[in-house]
Order: sequence, then structure tokens, then C-alpha cells
Amino acid sequence: MSLAHRIIPCLDTDGARVVKGVNFVGLRDAGDPVALAARYNAEGADELVVLDIAASRDRRPTFLATIRRVAAELAIPLTAGGGIRTLDDARAVIRAGADKVTVNTAAVARPELISELSREFGAQAVVLAIDAKRIGDHWDVMVRGGRDSANCDALAWAQQGVELGAGEILLTSVDRDGTQLGFDTPLTAAISRVASVPVIASGGAKLPEHFAQIFSEGAADAALAASIFHDNVQSIRELKHFLSAFNIEVRLPC
Amino acid sequence: MKVTLIDYGAGNVTSVERALQRLGAVSQRSMSPECIAKAEALLLPGVGHYAALIRALEERGLRAPLLDALQRGIPFLGVCLGLQALYETSEEAPELGGLKLFSGSVRSLPASVKLPHMGWNQLKLIRPSRLLEGISADAYFYFAHSFAATDANGESVALCNHGTDFAAVIEKENIFAVQFHPEKSADAGARLLQNFLAFCESH
Repeated sequence: MSLAHRIIPCLDTDGARVVKGVNFVGLRDAGDPVALAARYNAEGADELVVLDIAASRDRRPTFLATIRRVAAELAIPLTAGGGIRTLDDARAVIRAGADKVTVNTAAVARPELISELSREFGAQAVVLAIDAKRIGDHWDVMVRGGRDSANCDALAWAQQGVELGAGEILLTSVDRDGTQLGFDTPLTAAISRVASVPVIASGGAKLPEHFAQIFSEGAADAALAASIFHDNVQSIRELKHFLSAFNIEVRLPC
Repeated sequence: MKVTLIDYGAGNVTSVERALQRLGAVSQRSMSPECIAKAEALLLPGVGHYAALIRALEERGLRAPLLDALQRGIPFLGVCLGLQALYETSEEAPELGGLKLFSGSVRSLPASVKLPHMGWNQLKLIRPSRLLEGISADAYFYFAHSFAATDANGESVALCNHGTDFAAVIEKENIFAVQFHPEKSADAGARLLQNFLAFCESH
């Protein structure tokens, strides 16, 4: 009996529709978030993440409406984020039905945001999203959708984020994102070692073996993927059976 | 029969409400002492900081009517903080007193494991449970917490373990509480809520 490794599908949205594209280039429509949410809920997903990758102010009400409609389909936890800059932004997302919020660029710019959210909603509701890219002998924190370096060390930022009150880290490898070459095992293992909170690995997943590796060697607590689930390259149910056969503890759907 | 959800502003009230609606239950949100005094069944959801829940109960004058309802045998289900509030105190806010229905305190889970205890975990059954009836013994439930009732488990029907054993399901006469979130625990959580509703109906 121990905590199961979580499989988390992610819906990247433009506010209203699920979109996909490598590094925000050539976005194309990948479906209706509500229909996908219902499908993943039924297939045994352990949690769902919905991100507003456009994160423009005028599309905000649309994104909140999407969260409300998605939340109505779920009997599993929902994390939402993208463009959360203030306590009010987070409050709106949580009132719309999210259990947790992710913060990324805004927290790098103003780390106290993490503490403000943690005090208001509890650490369990604050997910620090870190986009990391290998530069020489370390990993740099990247901001604005993985495009610009924040000139700060990802391991140090993860530790600082936890001290400020983050309850979880959503770690995306910018090097692996969209490549389908597998998760970034060294990065995830390094962050998991220094962070006292659960780590969600993201970026690069395609094969069931990639998930097995990130849980065993990468010490990830959860693994996130998007297009391989949307496009039926990988079914969540079959993935969990595969992991279970490898003695990796997962919650098997009935 | 209508379930009164004690709405002190916790983030998960909507999820709990929706989970009850899916089961065909009638519920209403309330934070008035009068509604709680008249309730046929009570549900205290809770997530976040212990102090926010205890302060809200004090400020809105809900402590006395809630304790009175519990003594009169009104069915009650506490979720997450709603379980922790039943004890004497919590390390998360030592200056505040809990509802003191159970002796003992709520403590931080050990730093030897990753905190918060976040995700799906299984239960260790101690004795037969009305809430867990019909639910497979190896079912998983969704947890999201760093504090837990670790030292007063006489009232526990099921424990969970994350660094240490702690109370996961409590049952004592009309008082039920769970440390996990049934509203976020897929089919197993829905069945647990259904079992609570069945108890309320038969009560």
C-alpha cells in the first residue's frame, strides 16, 4: 500500500478549444475540452490539467467558462493555469471549479505570488510550473512559454518555490517537449531529489516505456502528456496495465 | 431528505455539491446557524488551512448549532479538514481549538516523505464500515493534505499510511468523516457518498 503514480492528461487550450503545436508554433485544433475531459475521466486518468496557453486578458471569461464546463464532467481533481498573475486570477479559476492552480512566468517575476496563493488556498492547491532547459552543466528556468531564459537555476528555483509554499512542481523539459523522445530523466530525478513536494514530469512522452522510466529512474510522482492521449497514440487504460505489469503502482480503472 | 453543505468558503464546495447531484441527492449550501440547527443531514467539506475553517465556524456562530445537531444524532460527514476539525487541536493552528468530539490532535505528517500527501492511496481496514460498504478493499481514494489525525485512532474504521499511519475514515454513531476527497475519488468516492446518503435516508 503506497501512493499510486499518477497519469495526467493535459489540455492546452486557446481558451475555448484544445490546441496543439510544438513550442507554440503551428497551433492546430485538437478537439473539444469538455468531450476530452469526459473521456479521460472515464478512462481512468488520475487528474486533469487545463492550461490557457494564449492567456490573453480578453479571452479570460472564455477560459473560465471552459473550466466550469470541464469541472462538471470530472470526478477527479482538476488543475488549471496559464496567465495567472494575481490572487484574483487564481480565485476566479478556483471558483470556476479547479482544485489547484499553476503559476509559471508570473511567479518567476514576483515569487511572493506563490506565498500569497498558498496562504489563501493551502499549499496543496498551488502548483509551481517550471519550464527547464539544459544549458551547459545545469538547467535554466525558461519563461514566456519556454522562449526566454529567466537566468536562474531550475533546481534552486524549485527549492525556493517549495519554501514559498508551492505544494507540487509541474516540471516541463523544454528540450524534450514535443519531441516524443521520452521524458527528461536526469532533469526530473535532479528536481525530485531537491524538492520535498511531489513532482509531475512533462514533455517528450510517447511510449509506455517512457512512463515506466520516468517513474523508476526519474523518481517522478506523476507524469503528464497531451497529444499522445488526444490522438489515441496511447490509451490511459492500457498504459496503466503496462505499468502495473512492471510493478509500478498505479490506480487501475475498473 | 436534504443534505446541508456547510459553506464557509472552502474551494471544494462546488465539487461536493456536484458529486451529490450526480447521485440524485438534494442539497443546499448554508452558513447560517438557523439552517444548521434545522438540517436533516450535514456535510462539512474543507480544504486549505485549518485556521480558515475554525475561524469561519466561530465568526459565523456555527460551532454551537453544529455540536448540538451532532448530539441530537443528525447524520454528519466531514471531508478532509472536516475530519481534522473534529479533534481537539491541530498543529497547523495550535492557538485555535477544534470541535473536540474526539480526543487527540492533528499533526503534521513526517518530513521523511514528500508533502503534501497528494494523490491516490489505499486504505487499511480496521473494522467493518458503513461508509465503505460495497467498495473493494484495494480501492484508491484521492488525498491532498499535509496534516492528519495520527495519534487518536480508536474511532478510525480505516487508516492510511504516508510516512505514518493516520485516520482515513472515522465512524461513530451518526458521525462520519474521511481524510480524502470522495468528491474527487471517481467511482469509489461516489459509492462512499451514496453509502452516506443511504444512512441519512434510513436514519
